[in-house]
Amino acid sequence: MISAKNITKSFGETEVLKGISIDFEAGKNNLIIGKSGAGKTVLLKILVGLLKPTSGTISYNSLNFLDLHHKQLQNLRLEVGMLFQGSALFDSMTVEENIRFPMDMFTSMTRKEKKNRVNYCLERVNLSGINNSYPSEISGGMQKRVGIARSIVLKPKYLFCDEPNSGLDPKTSIVIDELIKDITYENNITTVINTHDMNSVLEIGDKINLLHQGKLAWQGSKTEVLESKNEELVDFIFASPFLKKLRGKALNS
Amino acid sequence: MYWKEVVRQMYDIGVGSITIVALISIFIGAVTAIQFSYQIGGSFIPSYYIGYIVRDITIIELAPTFTGLVLAGKVGSNMASEIGGMRQKEHIDAMEVMGVNTASYLILPKVIAAVFIIPVLVSIGAFVSILGGYIASVPFGDLTHPDYVKGLRSFFDPLNVTMMLVKAVVFSYILTSVSCYQGYYVEGGSIELGKASTNAVVFSDVLILLADYIIALILTT
Repeated sequence: MISAKNITKSFGETEVLKGISIDFEAGKNNLIIGKSGAGKTVLLKILVGLLKPTSGTISYNSLNFLDLHHKQLQNLRLEVGMLFQGSALFDSMTVEENIRFPMDMFTSMTRKEKKNRVNYCLERVNLSGINNSYPSEISGGMQKRVGIARSIVLKPKYLFCDEPNSGLDPKTSIVIDELIKDITYENNITTVINTHDMNSVLEIGDKINLLHQGKLAWQGSKTEVLESKNEELVDFIFASPFLKKLRGKALNS
Repeated sequence: MYWKEVVRQMYDIGVGSITIVALISIFIGAVTAIQFSYQIGGSFIPSYYIGYIVRDITIIELAPTFTGLVLAGKVGSNMASEIGGMRQKEHIDAMEVMGVNTASYLILPKVIAAVFIIPVLVSIGAFVSILGGYIASVPFGDLTHPDYVKGLRSFFDPLNVTMMLVKAVVFSYILTSVSCYQGYYVEGGSIELGKASTNAVVFSDVLILLADYIIALILTT
């Protein structure tokens, strides 16, 4: 479990996060949703240590992430996988080299063991046989799946996904969502997904956290989303006038 | 340490820059020989001094400084763009989340590789420059082959070679560290990346010239 307590973050005079406390549970898809500028990406970057909070604590299974010394932090990082919005695959490396990169850096596995693990991960994301392709030679959806394969190659306990569906068509988005969901359940991973894709919210949101203007505005499960009368949540989900009208009709009847 | 990366960088910097260094050096040597020949024309200074002057001015000043300035433009801007691009495409973030020490992985191999390979390039540049001086002067009758060789062998001071190598090492360190810094801390979009690349070259060039002056002061007084 990852526990964030009273996280605040300011950039100069602007306070982006205003005392956020969230528990991200193990074996579940924990979603962070909210409008653009709500502070989702900043929170995610703080959770993985790319940004330091102005105040507050972050615990990974009761280990205070912000107080860890170098070696402990290094060990913890081996348990963290992350899928970036733009996949962040290294252009000069092939798909296989990209996935193998964390193993090359941090393990003493033999070449054959690494190859087997790469093939397993590629098979797991349904991309067998593209080992020697370069990122520029595959589609955006495939790049996302390679990104997932790379993020799970060291069998992480924590998986972070920043906008996994951005720039993808609805069908490919569903494939990515299903993949993340299955991997989370199979390996009992604590998964934190930053998204504003409503399909993802309703498909894989075991625990949903709505951020609004830097504050936690609502928490609940996907089954509670549609029934909630929370103003910010309703405003976020039923953003389009058409959906608002539809909801109004449903409530009246 | 990432030795494989160091070797790759040595290859990229060394092999990738040898043509431009050789090309520039041959012209520097040629122009130096022609101009010195023009200056001593009609005077009592013996013509074999052309070989001596080309040798010394190349070794002490032109080979390390010109090579440093040229490589700041070629290698430095490339490093700033490469690392800056990685920053913008979240590659550096991805590595940091994995636990990679990105400064150590991305910058240190470049600095080490440059500090080892650029002095080699400078030495090659000095040799080619002297050759350029020969090609530009001997076949055109400014002086004879024995005179040029005599000039090359006259008044040789090994300290000049040491000075060349010291300059080469310092310039290599300056151009790689400044360029990597500019790329590593780039923020924003493509305009900022372009600025970082330009700053890498400008700051490197200024610092190289300043270092050139300081080294000359220290090693000649």
